[in-house]
Amino acid sequence: MKTLVIASHNNSTLSPVTLAAVSAALKIGASFDIFVAGKGCATVAEEAAKIDGVSAVLVADHDALEYQAAENLAATLQANAEGYSHIVAPATSVMKDALPRLAALLGVGQISDITGVNGEAEFVRPIYAGNAIATVTSSDAVKVITVRTSAFDAAPTGAGTGAITAVDNAVDCGLSRVVSEEIAQSERPELASASIVVSGGRGVGSEENFALIEKLADRLNAALGASRAAVDAGFIGNDHQVGQTGKIVAPDLYVAVGISGAIQHLAGMQGSKVIVAINKDPDAPIYEVADYGLVGDLHDLVPELEAKLASVL
Amino acid sequence: MKILVPVKRVIDYNVKVRIKQDCSDVDLSNTKMSINPFCEIAVEEALRLKEAGTASEVIAVCIGPKIVKEQILAALAMGADRAIRIDVEEQPEPLVIARLLAKVAEQEDAGLIMMGKQAIDSDNNQVGQMLAGIMGRPQGTFASVVKIEGDEALVTREVDGGLQTVALKLPAIVTADLRLNEPRFTKLPDIMKAKRKPIAETTAADLGVEVTSTQQQLSVAAPATRQAGIKVASVDELVDKLKNEAKVI
Ligand SMILES: Cc1cc2nc3c(=O)[nH]c(=O)nc-3n(C[C@H](O)[C@H](O)[C@H](O)COP(=O)(O)OP(=O)(O)OC[C@H]3O[C@@H](n4cnc5c(N)ncnc54)[C@H](O)[C@@H]3O)c2cc1C
Repeated sequence: MKTLVIASHNNSTLSPVTLAAVSAALKIGASFDIFVAGKGCATVAEEAAKIDGVSAVLVADHDALEYQAAENLAATLQANAEGYSHIVAPATSVMKDALPRLAALLGVGQISDITGVNGEAEFVRPIYAGNAIATVTSSDAVKVITVRTSAFDAAPTGAGTGAITAVDNAVDCGLSRVVSEEIAQSERPELASASIVVSGGRGVGSEENFALIEKLADRLNAALGASRAAVDAGFIGNDHQVGQTGKIVAPDLYVAVGISGAIQHLAGMQGSKVIVAINKDPDAPIYEVADYGLVGDLHDLVPELEAKLASVL
Repeated sequence: MKILVPVKRVIDYNVKVRIKQDCSDVDLSNTKMSINPFCEIAVEEALRLKEAGTASEVIAVCIGPKIVKEQILAALAMGADRAIRIDVEEQPEPLVIARLLAKVAEQEDAGLIMMGKQAIDSDNNQVGQMLAGIMGRPQGTFASVVKIEGDEALVTREVDGGLQTVALKLPAIVTADLRLNEPRFTKLPDIMKAKRKPIAETTAADLGVEVTSTQQQLSVAAPATRQAGIKVASVDELVDKLKNEAKVI
C-alpha cells in the first residue's frame, strides 16, 4: 500500500491545501509520495520535500503542465501511477478537473470530496449539498480520491527529507490550449484557508456598496466571500462564491451580511466554527445556523461594526 | 454538428432531503424530481448554439428506468430535437455512465457533448471528465461562456482564482457551471409538441457496456445540525460576544 498525493501549487509556491490532502493520506495509513506537475516548479518540489514523513517527491516539469491542464495532467499521472494503491488530491478546481479523467484512464471510480477516512477503503463524503453524509467503500485496486480540504487539519511540515526525483514522462496530448486567464490578485487571505471570512449577499445592493464588506473584511484581516446572487449581480468576481457550487469554507469566524441562507449557500459554510449573520429580516433562514444574529440594515450596521472593531482590535 | 446533452433525473433543488429511518439512503419516495439544474443549463446552451446556426441537432440522453421519461420530456419541451433513453434499473456508477455515454456519442458522431458539471444528488462532479478521458477528447469543465470558432470550442472556465479561457479541438466535452445561462421556461404547447418527438430506447447490453460496481454506500446520516444561536441587540454586544465569549477576534 502506498499513496501518491498530488500537490496543489502555482509553479512557485506549494498551496497549503496540499497539507490537508496529506492529512487524509496519513489517515489512510500508507507511506506517501508527492507528485508535483508544473512548469518551472522546482521551488514547489523543495517545499513538498519538507512535509513531515514524505518518502519521495516526483516532479514532472514540462511546458505542457504549465497550467496543469486536465488532459495533460491526467495522462502524466497515469504514466506514473504504477505501484500506488491510493491517489489523493485536494479538491481544487485543477484537481476536480483532472482526477476523474485520471480515474477513467485507470479504469477505476473516484471518491469525490471526502470529509473523513475510516480506513484504507472506507470514506465519508457529503452528498445532496451536504444535507446527507454518506459512508462509502471502494473495492477498486487504485482509489482515486479528492479531499475537501476544510475538513482536514494541515499536516505538519518542516521536518521532512523527501528525495526529489525528476520524471521525464510528462504527456502533451495536444488537445487544448489556454487562451487567457483572469486570475484575481489580492492581498487578502485566501478564501479556502482563511481563519475569518466576511461574505456579502444580494442584500448588499450594488458593486459600490460591496466596499463596505471589503472594509470590514480588511479590518478583520479576513478573506472576502459572497453568495451566488451577489456574484450573479456582478457585485464581485466568481472566485469569491461560497456554497455547493462555489468554495467550501470552514473558518473560525464566518460573517454573512445580506445573505438569506439558502441551502446551497449553507452547504459551503456551515462547518464554520462561529457564524455571525447580519440581515434586516429577522426570519431569514441564515439565523437558524448563526451563533450571533444582528437584525437591521447592513448599511448602518456594517460601518458601525467596522468602526467599533477598529477600537478593540 | 450534433450536440449530445446528457440529462439526469434528481431531487428538485428546492426540496429538502429526508434520510430513511434505517439510514441506508436518502428517502426519495413522494419527492418532487426534476432535471438536474446543471443539465438544464447544458440543454439551454445546446439550444442556443443550434439557434445561432452552429449546431444542427440537439439530442438529449437520459440513463434510467421508464420514469426518467419525465425529464426527457422536459428536455424535449425546452427544444431538444430527439432523445435516447438507456434503460437501466438503478443509477450506475459515474464510470459506467461515462462508458455508456461514450458509446452513444460515438454512434451519433456528436461534435460536442454539453453536460452539467455535477448532479446535485451525488455531488460527484466526475462524469464529463471521465467521458472525455475515455474518448480521448479535450474537456472544458465549469464553463461560464462557450463559443464555437471554426474547429475549436472556446470555453471560459470558472476556476479557483478567477476565470480561464481554453481552446479545445472539436469534438470536445464541455460541462456547464451555473452562470453559463438562464434556462428558458417551457410553455404548454412546447410540452404538447415534445410528446411527438422521437425517443429511442437502448440498453447497456446493446451498447456493449458491462454495468459493474466497485463502490458501495454503507450508510447515510444527517449532518451535524447547528443550534441556532442568539440575537444580539447591538453592534457593541456583538463585538463583546466575539471577543469575550467566542474568542474569535
Ligand atoms: C444548483 C444550484 C446551486 C447553487 N449554488 C449556490 C452556491 O454555491 N452559493 C450560493 O450562495 N448560492 C447558490 N445557489 C443559489 C441559492 O439558491 C440562492 O439563490 C442564493 O444563495 C441567494 O443569495 P443571497 O442570500 O445573497 O440572496 P437573497 O436570497 O436574495 O437574500 C438577500 C438577503 O439580504 C437581506 N437584505 C436585503 N437588504 C438588506 C439590508 N439593507 N440590510 C440587511 N439585510 C438585507 C434580505 O433580508 C435577504 O435575506 C445555487 C442554486 C442552485 C439552483
